[in-house]
Amino acid sequence: MSDIISRKDLDFLLFDCLDVEKLTEHEYFNGHNRETFEAVIDTAIRIAREKFEPHAAKLDHDPPRFDGTQVQIIEEVAEAVDAFVEAGFLRAVFDVEQGGMQLPYSVAQAFMAVFYAANCSTAGYPLLTLAAANLLDTHATEDQKRLFLEPMLEGRFFGTMCLSEPQAGSSLTDITTVAEPIGDGRYKIRGNKMWISGGEHELSENIVHLVLAKIPGGPAGVKGISLFIVPRYRLGESGKSAESNDVELIGLNHKMGFRGTVNTALNFGENDDCVGWLVGEEHYGLRYMFHMMNEARVGVGLGATMLGHAGFQHSLKYARDRRQGRSITDKNPASEPVAIIEHADVRRMLLAQKAATEGALMLGLYCARLIDESVVVEAGGDLESGEETGLLLELLTPIAKAWPSEFCLEANKLAIQVMGGYGYSSEYPVERLYRDNRLNAIHEGTNGIQALDLLGRKVTMKNGAALQALLGRVNATIAEAKERPELVETAKSLEVACGQAASATMALTAAAMEGKVDLFLANASVYLEMLGHVVIAWMWLMQAVVAHDQLAGDVDEEREAFLRGKLQACQYFFRWELPKVKRQSEFLGTLDDTTLSMKAEWF
Amino acid sequence: MKILTTVKRVTDPDMKVRIQPDQSGIVTEGVEYKMNSFDEYGVEEAITLKEAHGGEVVVVSIGPGAATKELRTAMAMGADRAILVETDADLDSDAVARVLAEVVGREEPDVIIMGKQAVDSDRSQTPQILGSYLNWPQATFAYKVEIEDGWAVVGREVDGGTATKRIKLPGIISADLRLNEPRYASLPGIMKAKRKPLETLTPDDLGVDIAPKVKVLNYEAPEERGAGEMVDDVDDLINRLKDEARVI
Repeated sequence: MSDIISRKDLDFLLFDCLDVEKLTEHEYFNGHNRETFEAVIDTAIRIAREKFEPHAAKLDHDPPRFDGTQVQIIEEVAEAVDAFVEAGFLRAVFDVEQGGMQLPYSVAQAFMAVFYAANCSTAGYPLLTLAAANLLDTHATEDQKRLFLEPMLEGRFFGTMCLSEPQAGSSLTDITTVAEPIGDGRYKIRGNKMWISGGEHELSENIVHLVLAKIPGGPAGVKGISLFIVPRYRLGESGKSAESNDVELIGLNHKMGFRGTVNTALNFGENDDCVGWLVGEEHYGLRYMFHMMNEARVGVGLGATMLGHAGFQHSLKYARDRRQGRSITDKNPASEPVAIIEHADVRRMLLAQKAATEGALMLGLYCARLIDESVVVEAGGDLESGEETGLLLELLTPIAKAWPSEFCLEANKLAIQVMGGYGYSSEYPVERLYRDNRLNAIHEGTNGIQALDLLGRKVTMKNGAALQALLGRVNATIAEAKERPELVETAKSLEVACGQAASATMALTAAAMEGKVDLFLANASVYLEMLGHVVIAWMWLMQAVVAHDQLAGDVDEEREAFLRGKLQACQYFFRWELPKVKRQSEFLGTLDDTTLSMKAEWF
Repeated sequence: MKILTTVKRVTDPDMKVRIQPDQSGIVTEGVEYKMNSFDEYGVEEAITLKEAHGGEVVVVSIGPGAATKELRTAMAMGADRAILVETDADLDSDAVARVLAEVVGREEPDVIIMGKQAVDSDRSQTPQILGSYLNWPQATFAYKVEIEDGWAVVGREVDGGTATKRIKLPGIISADLRLNEPRYASLPGIMKAKRKPLETLTPDDLGVDIAPKVKVLNYEAPEERGAGEMVDDVDDLINRLKDEARVI
């Protein structure tokens, strides 16, 4: 599958840059070594190549449809999901006592990346189930785990997340779904849910909906939201799925991309006969939901990255094969045309894709490694970084979600551009990848929400401790890079950019302290882009340090080309993208009010 | 029942193989390796037979130290233990068969199941030569295997169709690609494989002289295929197949 994922790059990031193997020094992960990690990724690539990728175009062309009785999905999807489950991917990150592998989350991110790149629509079904299973594993009772979680890990039940309603998506405070207690921790659920991926299908024996609803008489707003397990079918005596639980399909939503993941509008309790089981305590539902939100958002960013990465691989191959035009200096019209990769502007578009997608992939894996470090701490292992790890993850999450969904989408746009008319036609996959990727800026909290979360919550929490932690780590990389003469200039420009980002942050927080909260947050999306660029530049500087050191050793021609490519892509990002931080910082410092003072009627 | 199966580490057939400029071999820089696909069918069949009849599956490879990866994969699929006969030399089929004959002498399996050929050299010789050294019966190109009462009934792919052959065990079966659908190495399987025994031997340990009997003169890439042409209609196609290609 070298055509959609660069194994070389994945290995470089995981093992050379992030030293994931070091995690096996801790007791929780010591059943593993690099060999088992590579074997897991080998199996993922194999299944992705043989069972996921071949039907991606067909599924996009022939998406799930409702035939009046059931949702019909082309049969290749079930075969692919079965292979995923049978190989044990659903249980991979769970504890050994639960039949899992205790696989580090960073390696899990790597295998998920492979499936996203191959066919994000089909991968959606098991990955949604995995997210729901993680939530139940953390917050459900032992009984609930036995009844619902175990069948999910066996692949018999699939999972969904039901947050949005037709009138309330980003604003969960306005949801109206109601849960009336009927005893034994059970509630009657009534309401409509919207944009529910995997909401109805026949791929699994049952579907476990995790539903946010309000219990009457509870606190107003988000503090009155509780979380419920609502199965599509109630469970009979032996835990097998039995009669309907009054969850009705209202209709399917037809989408621009991600067309193979069925998306539904659902009605809960139209006949007043829909039963849900409370997860955890009443009114804490949103907190439980957000517990898994970090992982889900990092996952969305990773998905965006891999769609960009797959497009990059396709357009790169095309640019090497396609012959068109001649060198600017070649005046002979009878000479052989050159491969389009020989044209500087095509190389610009390929470099932009490489810089965005490989920088973002490193960030996705870096965040996963932070999650692993917190697992080590939770399991009683000692790590110097304890609290810092959690803070950094909180701060990086909105960036890891929003930056790739903007800039790796841009990469998909460039992949189409490299391929010209062919890229625009459905004969090649790059137009599909672009459509698929367009979703990622929207779901799991729009990028606008991410920007507010970053500036309004994460940057200011604990008096800016998270941002301090981030800058501390970036400075450590800068110091390391400065020890290498070839990287001194690069390191210095990141140092300057960090200073610019810090001064914009000070100007903004000063406005917040003066009570100008609307001005503080009005340009948050610019702030996210600015800090995102600093973070991706940091990811590239880390890669450059490793590439630089490996080049000094004994490397063959092929490896040398790979490492030179890393240094060149780093240079591209630092020369073409990082300078934007200066302008953004200055702009943010002016507390510009253009968007705030604009009036609706002036449009 | 003790089943011996073999795996070869080969260059990934999906990659484009390049010949060295002096034609002495292929370029190995940056090449990726995997288990020979016909051997996957052999390993799968060995595991299926063990599941049905009980016993043990021993997987053997001859090759560089890196071939432990392919052996671990076979054990992750379900083989019980592995033997690597380690050598960096490029063995001809006869040497491979003589090394295997020694391993068979030590292990005394009831049946040997191998891929019918390796996708790198495409020679399809080793199972047959091994049969000759061991003086065991062989059933090559199997698409179906049944074992009963010390005999193997093997459905074989032959020119123009299929044939069934019954051989007395111990014997050798070589696998064709319709035989089964090889399973994936599952994640729990990968964890188990880590703890399964892997013994490393050398040709010297087995007393085998691996000096080649076949001399390779040089390597050449096959002639590149020309571009296809669209024909106007069926008549045109038939005429050109007759007159230009002269195939009908």
